[in-house]
Amino acid sequence: MRVPILKQGGILIASIQSALSDEDLLQLRDDLVQQVGKYRSRGAIVDVTVLDVMDSFAVRTLRAIAHMIRLRGADTVIVGIQPEVAFAMVQLGLTLGDVATALDLEEGLAFLGRTPKTGPSHGP
Amino acid sequence: MAHETWPNDPPTLGTSVVRIADSTDIVTARQRGRELAGQIGFNGSDLTVIATAISELARNIVEYAKSGEIILALTHRGSRNGIQIVARDQGPGIADVAKAVQAGFSTGNGLGLGLPGVRRLMDDFEIASVVGKGTSVTARKWIP
Repeated sequence: MRVPILKQGGILIASIQSALSDEDLLQLRDDLVQQVGKYRSRGAIVDVTVLDVMDSFAVRTLRAIAHMIRLRGADTVIVGIQPEVAFAMVQLGLTLGDVATALDLEEGLAFLGRTPKTGPSHGP
Repeated sequence: MAHETWPNDPPTLGTSVVRIADSTDIVTARQRGRELAGQIGFNGSDLTVIATAISELARNIVEYAKSGEIILALTHRGSRNGIQIVARDQGPGIADVAKAVQAGFSTGNGLGLGLPGVRRLMDDFEIASVVGKGTSVTARKWIP
């Protein structure tokens, strides 16, 4: 099932609705990386609240998404990792590395709101 | 390869077999496992742990053996109930099993977290592998 991607201002929100196969995850990666350019987005949020399993492939793909979007000049936040999923990830030794995370969508939007877009800064 | 049976193996019932041939089967297997585990009384993080272990085992089959099966069953040891996951394939087999279950070892493009990770997630973990014949992994988790 293709993950719907919403556009809110300069932010893309990928809201995962159901369990994803590997192909779905790779499609999400390609869609997000492409749309960041198309809509000149400065940030992307991947909402994984409904995922009840994040195995090694899912974690690796989320890391790849964040790194690829970083290379495109935007920021990524993964939001909604459930406590049980966090527990299993730690047991399995899976990490998201330097990828930003937030509790939920609201916190993710707040995070991106206070992260200045890479580029010339505007002084006071 | 045939599933190895040892005399001390706990008895099983309610067996459910999921054929694994592509990545959508990985999702099917872990959902089936989660359902079964829920029915026999696992909850919370154990359900996620069991589903994650099944996902990794099924992934190994798709990645290394192309096809195989995940066999889920109820099991008990004394008065304790649990779930048994058998992942078996007729793939290339593993030459150095001891090394494959050590953290940090991987022969493919994984992160070396597959088998050692599953071993950490589950209570029991057994593996039998013959090069050229296939691999059978048996993992169990007991209801706390």
